[in-house]
Amino acid sequence: MKAYSWFVLKRFAQMIVVIYVGVSTAFLITHLSPINPVDSMLSSITTRSNFSPEAIEEMRAALTDLYGVDKPLLEQYVNFWQRFLQGGDFGPSLLAFPTPAMTLVMRALPWTVLLLSTSVLITWFLGNLFGGLAGYFQNSRLLKVFGVASMGVQPIPYYIVAFLFLIFFGFVWPVLPISGAYAMDVQSGWNIDFILSVIQHAILPVTSLIVVGFGTWFLGMRALVSNIVNEDYVTYAELAGVPRRRIVFSYVMRNAAVPQLTALALVLGSIFSGTIITEQVYNYPGLGTLLVDAVNTGDNTTVLAVSTVAITAVAIAIFVVDLLHPLLDPRVRAS
Amino acid sequence: MLAVVRDLIRYNKEFTIGAVLVAIIVGFSCLSFFSPVDPTLVYLVPPERPPSTEYWFGTNSRGQDLFWQATFAIRNTLAFGLLVAVLSRIISLTVGLVAGYIGGWVDRVLMSINDVVVALPIFPILVLVYFVLRADLTTLKLAIVMACFGWPFDARLIRSIAVGLRHREFTHHAVFAGMSARKIMFEEHLPYVMPIVLSTAMANMIWSIGLSVTLAVLGFTDLNIPSIGTMLYWANNHSAMVVGTWWWIAVPVVLVVVTFVGLYLLAVSLNEYIDPRSRLRRMGGAALVSATSTLVAEGGAAPVPTLGADVRGEPEGRP
Repeated sequence: MKAYSWFVLKRFAQMIVVIYVGVSTAFLITHLSPINPVDSMLSSITTRSNFSPEAIEEMRAALTDLYGVDKPLLEQYVNFWQRFLQGGDFGPSLLAFPTPAMTLVMRALPWTVLLLSTSVLITWFLGNLFGGLAGYFQNSRLLKVFGVASMGVQPIPYYIVAFLFLIFFGFVWPVLPISGAYAMDVQSGWNIDFILSVIQHAILPVTSLIVVGFGTWFLGMRALVSNIVNEDYVTYAELAGVPRRRIVFSYVMRNAAVPQLTALALVLGSIFSGTIITEQVYNYPGLGTLLVDAVNTGDNTTVLAVSTVAITAVAIAIFVVDLLHPLLDPRVRAS
Repeated sequence: MLAVVRDLIRYNKEFTIGAVLVAIIVGFSCLSFFSPVDPTLVYLVPPERPPSTEYWFGTNSRGQDLFWQATFAIRNTLAFGLLVAVLSRIISLTVGLVAGYIGGWVDRVLMSINDVVVALPIFPILVLVYFVLRADLTTLKLAIVMACFGWPFDARLIRSIAVGLRHREFTHHAVFAGMSARKIMFEEHLPYVMPIVLSTAMANMIWSIGLSVTLAVLGFTDLNIPSIGTMLYWANNHSAMVVGTWWWIAVPVVLVVVTFVGLYLLAVSLNEYIDPRSRLRRMGGAALVSATSTLVAEGGAAPVPTLGADVRGEPEGRP
């Protein structure tokens, strides 16, 4: 047990460092830039209306006060962390003024979590299952086809796959909804219609994420398993007459799953990037869509809030994946 | 070198297919040097013509000949990928070799930086950079930013090889002969990691091209430079699917998919070449593998220690 708590502690420290560095990077990128958030905000407020020069000056003073950009950078940095730690108060958004940016982010976050967790779970499970089988039964024709298919699809980026799905299901064979997270005419809440509608709208984005992600796990697991199959203990188990199913699942695949779990923690950041890109394609109301909308509106606060929350969320998710290790690897549990 | 390529083409189907696809793409992009038109000009030819003998790839709603447009687009996209690959290779080589050779606290510090960079979600950060720089975000700046995020996986791989090299006899010889650490790293150890640098460079190109296409499609880039991403952006902008000009979308998508699959197959087959175990599996089945580690050493295989599972499918994230 001692080894495990040491492991957890180390991973926790790493998570804190990642969050600290990532959030500081985001802060520095926005604050070291020559572009003043007050100016960009003023210009986007004043483009479609005619304010008197005095009103604009007053607005400038109010916004400068609101953002605190006249203060020294260090003070802004300390303030930023204080407000971030006190529940993430980033100030009002411009996208939906005066709703706080954090409220917008918190509204979008569950959708991203829904997409990300469903697709990662399904992809990791299916990819490893089929990959493991393909590594063990190397002569199976069907599994070879899987291998060739994943080689072909695996390198294509999330955006292109989602885009092709969108074209296919939007124009060629319109059977599934291609936009939004639920139908406009259902009452949101815990009722059957709403849940069904959510599932229906999630099918396309989740499927396109699965299609892209499957190959990584399939090919990785196949390579791992085809190495393990040659180990002496597997030959021994086969000679000893251990049932084949037991060899495949408990002896071979469980061993190979440990590095695959480590790999999941490593690529979770890029899977997250893929998820928010996919969201944007399907106009899914998650973090990705919010981020793009905020950039197009010139909404400094929301852009910073989304990036900060994204970095934090990914770091926490990686930590959680790391915590799962003892489930698969008893060596981590043992002291 | 040439003999290696010849053998790969003869015995490795993936390498052959990958090489052909990449050659097609590179050849196509080279056509841009003979282009009769300037790709940034619009309304030069009748708009929205489907592919025909006169306009091979059709023309778009902006009155551009898609054939020549596509040659420039793929050239810029490839050049961008190459630039990021070179820049990030410099970082990953330096970090990997230094961490592997010097070891100790230097290694620990570099690898914890590595772990932090790996864990950051890149896309929101890139969008943040675009948001701040806007029109100032030139191709070079974007390439530098991406290179700063594209090195950690490969640095770890290079380090794992360098750690093994550190205890090899020739390294000891070099140290006793008074060679400086810098010289040992970049003259003695560098050749051993070159194959892995090559194969990860291709995986890195897939990654960076994918991200840049995504950014461009969202409009987060200089839209006047023709690239695969900006072609798709303009196609979306003119609602190509609704208008029915499907070739405007098909041309860049097909080109970029061919590029990705080609590069990926090259990277995978090079990995396999580097890792003799998987090569033997391909040649002689499983039984050979366990008994042949000595054989490989005598057979003049690439002088790289076996990497095993480390080199399996590049774990580098895709956008």
